[in-house]
Parts: sequence; structure tokens; C-alpha cells
Amino acid sequence: MSEYRIQGNTGEWEVVIGLEVHAQVTSESKLFSGSSTGFGAEPNSHVSLVDAAMPGMLPVPNRECLRQAVRTGMAINAQINRWSRFDRKNYFYADLPQGYQISQLYHPIVGEGEIEVTLNEKDPDSAVKKIGIERIHVEQDAGKLMHDQHPTMSFVDLNRSGVALMEIVSRPDMRSPQEAGAYVKKLRSILRYVGSCDGNMEQGSMRADVNVSVRKPGGELGTRTETKNVNSIRFMMQAIEYEAQRQVDLIESGGAVVQETRLFDPNKMETRSMRSKEDAHDYRYFPDPDLLPVELDDAFLEECRASLPELPDAKRVRYEAMGLTAYNAAVLTAEAETAFWFEELLAEGVDAKQGSNWLMSELFGALNKLGKTLDESPVNPKQAAELLGLVADGTISGSIAKQVFEIMLETGQGAATIVEEKGLKQTNDTGAIEAEIAKIMAANEDKVTEYRSGKDKLFGFFVGQTMKAMQGKANPQIINDLLKKALG
Amino acid sequence: MSVDKDTVNKIARLSRIAISDAEADKMVGELNGILAWVEQLAEVDCTGVEPMTAVIPNKLRLRDDVVTDGDVRDKVLANAPAKEGSFFGVPKVIE
Repeated sequence: MSEYRIQGNTGEWEVVIGLEVHAQVTSESKLFSGSSTGFGAEPNSHVSLVDAAMPGMLPVPNRECLRQAVRTGMAINAQINRWSRFDRKNYFYADLPQGYQISQLYHPIVGEGEIEVTLNEKDPDSAVKKIGIERIHVEQDAGKLMHDQHPTMSFVDLNRSGVALMEIVSRPDMRSPQEAGAYVKKLRSILRYVGSCDGNMEQGSMRADVNVSVRKPGGELGTRTETKNVNSIRFMMQAIEYEAQRQVDLIESGGAVVQETRLFDPNKMETRSMRSKEDAHDYRYFPDPDLLPVELDDAFLEECRASLPELPDAKRVRYEAMGLTAYNAAVLTAEAETAFWFEELLAEGVDAKQGSNWLMSELFGALNKLGKTLDESPVNPKQAAELLGLVADGTISGSIAKQVFEIMLETGQGAATIVEEKGLKQTNDTGAIEAEIAKIMAANEDKVTEYRSGKDKLFGFFVGQTMKAMQGKANPQIINDLLKKALG
Repeated sequence: MSVDKDTVNKIARLSRIAISDAEADKMVGELNGILAWVEQLAEVDCTGVEPMTAVIPNKLRLRDDVVTDGDVRDKVLANAPAKEGSFFGVPKVIE
């Protein structure tokens, strides 16, 4: 795809990137308990005795969380493991009351898969690269620590403790910050289509651990570092840039990269070592004796597959087959919310080309001006379909439609009501139009002569004048026909 | 399989269990005794035998995705050595 190289004193260096993305599974209740996963609740209110790891409490897995992981695996064409198992990952930290995280090391629920990414998903000619996914496993999230509330104590809120996460582990297949960014964007798009994760990085629903190493192009893999918990695509790209440069500088000045866990500081734009975690990789994994293996039967897998929606790549191909430009198809399918909005528009009977052009120019333009997202759009697909229907059947012209749309945005009124009240209906009254044309020709005799002596470009002038005289309400096709006749 | 004193000290540190030097020495002997005893199992040839995960045929029970628990903050916090408002209080841990 792209040749990204770091220029060092000893020549060029290639960057090798692998990502572990933690995606919060969309579910009502937690992975192993019946507590709510709701965001922003009173501290420690969404905590059961299981989540607080009281003695004798036993975990019972949530079927929906497993189902969402399997559906996600199917969406990336991954191997689904009918037999998987939970393991304990042991470490000691104040946000982990059990003293271990229930995870899946040896037998993950989802095996090898891959996704295709392009550096610019809105440019259909941009090169495509396959990024391998090694595995997806299901695990518990930890609680949340707060350090700034008390001089000597940290506060612990266990509301998040036990919420289901999918850890999606990529192959070290990325070679530039841009590729890593494109991968996370595509992955987030797929998760949102599938509905297995809301992809909301601001609320922490998606975070990435970033593995970076450098090597001479095509050489042996270098020692990698892992930068933990990066929570935006921009930060991730900055962390990769910084970390790769740091490693090159280190090696070229005679040092060696140490395999370690690092932290990205977005204020200082640097990564730094988390020395306290030097023992952190000694997790002493073993199968969780509280849980039997997960065995998935045919009916379960069949339901997972049947409930998958059409995915972005397939949708893009179908839109192109419907006659949309490659660019429009790419933009409409890149984000699930756009695709779903467009689908609703089509379901209301709007023509695909007309609908896509309107959505991408008029609606996106208006939302941009209002600073709103598509989800917050003041006009819904049904209302939009009403407006576009009036254009399609010739009731109003395209330029009047723009005015009507503005009024819709302001007042929330329906298109037909606005057209009726403001008298914006397009007229097909040839008599009225002919009368105006005659007046215009009389007032512009010089231009009529010029036109008739070959200055074809003046035709547009006459169309404009006529439309203006008709206050924009004349059918443009009829104006064209009548003008051609009159001007001869 | 056996453990030495360094391993015992490391496991203790990872588990946040404080042990004295004398205790570590004693623990090395005890743990090695246990390991040797369990190692007898290696005498059995189990080539080609699937690991047994349960004594009786049993299937993992799954829950439906409904909220049935939680909202017991006072119970959850009841035995906390330190609590501050709605939170557990722990010695400050910061990177």
C-alpha cells in the first residue's frame, strides 16, 4: 500500500505494527453476572456480589455476549471455534477485585480472519490491503480508578467490572500509522454494522493496545513495545510515529529496544515506560475451574449467521450495481449510520441516484452547517422521501426543493404542507410560461438576434430570465421546450 | 518439576503475600513435596486421551441477557476496609 519509511542515520527503517483492540460488547447485562452495563450510573450501583468477587460467587456466562463475538467473527470471515474455554489471567491491581481476569488464552472463541482496508475509504481507486486477524476472544473489563479525589487514596468504582469485552488481535501486518488508522476505522465500521459494539472511543467502548517495532526493510522483526489503552485513532497514529522514531534513535545510538509496556501521553505527545508493570506479563494463566468449556451447536451458529446484516463491502458493490458512482457508494457505506439512513430512504421508494445525490450534497451540507451528526438530523428519512417524491413527480423543481428543505430544517413542517402553504407548486401552465417568454424576448431583442445568429450560449440566459419571471415555479423541462420553439 | 527460593519469592510478590526469609525456605520444601506428589500422575500414559473437564457429562449453562442483579451498593461496600462515599478507598496507586 504505502511506503512509510523512517529516515535514520544508517538508512531507512520500516515500521511493523500489530493492534489489540478492546471492544465493549453491546449487551444489557455483564459477561458473568446480571448487573447492568449502563454507562454513567452512580458509582458501584451496577455491581453484584459476583462483580465484587465476594467469596463463593460463581460466574454464569451471558449468551448474548458470546453470540455477538461469534457474529463479529463471522463478519471478518474468521474461523469460529465450536469449542472454546475461559482461562484465568492472574494479576494484582486495585481495579480487579477477583485478582484475575476471566479471559480466553488457549482456546479463543474466534480464530483466524481478515479484513480489507483502504487508506482512503472514500476513494474507490485507493489500494486495498488485507490485514490478518489472529483471534477474537471474550473477556471481562476491570473497574475504574480515580486518583484525584483524595490526597492519599485512590477511589474504586466497579460499575465497569465484569462488562464483556472482545479483544480483537491483529497480525503484525500494518506498516504505517495511516494503515493502522485505516484498520481501526474499518474494524469500527464492521462492529457498528454488526451491532456488536457501539464503537464509541470517547466513552471508552473501543481502546487499542499498540505493538510497534522497527527493522531494516524486509529484515528480521525487531523487539516490540506495547503502548496500552490508546483511546482515539489520532492518538494511536501519533503514538506509533513517536514510538517508531524513538526506537530508531535508540538503536542507532547503540542502545537496544526493551520489550516493555508503555503509556502514551497525548499532552506531551510521547510514550513512556510503565516500570511498575515489569512483572505484568507473568500472568500464570490456567483454565478457570468455575466454568465449563463453551460448546456452540449448529442452531446457535445458524442463528448468528442468519442475523448478520449486509456488510460494508457487499453493500458498496450492490450500490454500484444500482447505478451509484463508486465515490457515492463508498461514502454511503463507510459508516453504518449513513448506510442505514440511506436504506430507509430507499425503503420509502426514493430513487437510488436521486436519493444518494441529495443525501450527500443537501443533507450532509445542512448537517455540517448545523454541526449535527446524521443521528441528530432534524429531518428523518420519511420526511426526506416526501420532499424527494415531490421533485420526482414534477410537483416542485430542484431549486424550489432546496428552499423547501431549508424551511423543513427550521420548522420541522412536512414538505407537502410547505409547498401548499407557500404556493411553491411547479406550474406546467404553458400559456403562462409562453406569455413570460414573449415579454422577455420583447425586452431583449438584441439578444434574440445574437442568439439567432449563432450565439447558442445565450439560451441559458433566456432560461434563467424565464425561471425568474415564473418565480422558480415553472417546470424547467417545459421552459426549455417552449424557449426552443419560440427562439427557433 | 520443582521450585527454588527465587521462584517462591516471585510468586509471593505477584500475589502480594508478604513472606519472611524463613517462611520462604519452609515453603520451598512444602511446595516441592506437593509437586513431587502430583508428579506421580506422569506415570500414567494418557497419550491420545482427551482432557476431562467434568466428572459427569455436563454442559455450560448460559444466561439470557437481562438485568437481574446489581443495585446493592451498600452490601457490596459493607466489608470494605475503607470507603469514601459510594467508592471503595484504596492506597493511592498511580502511574
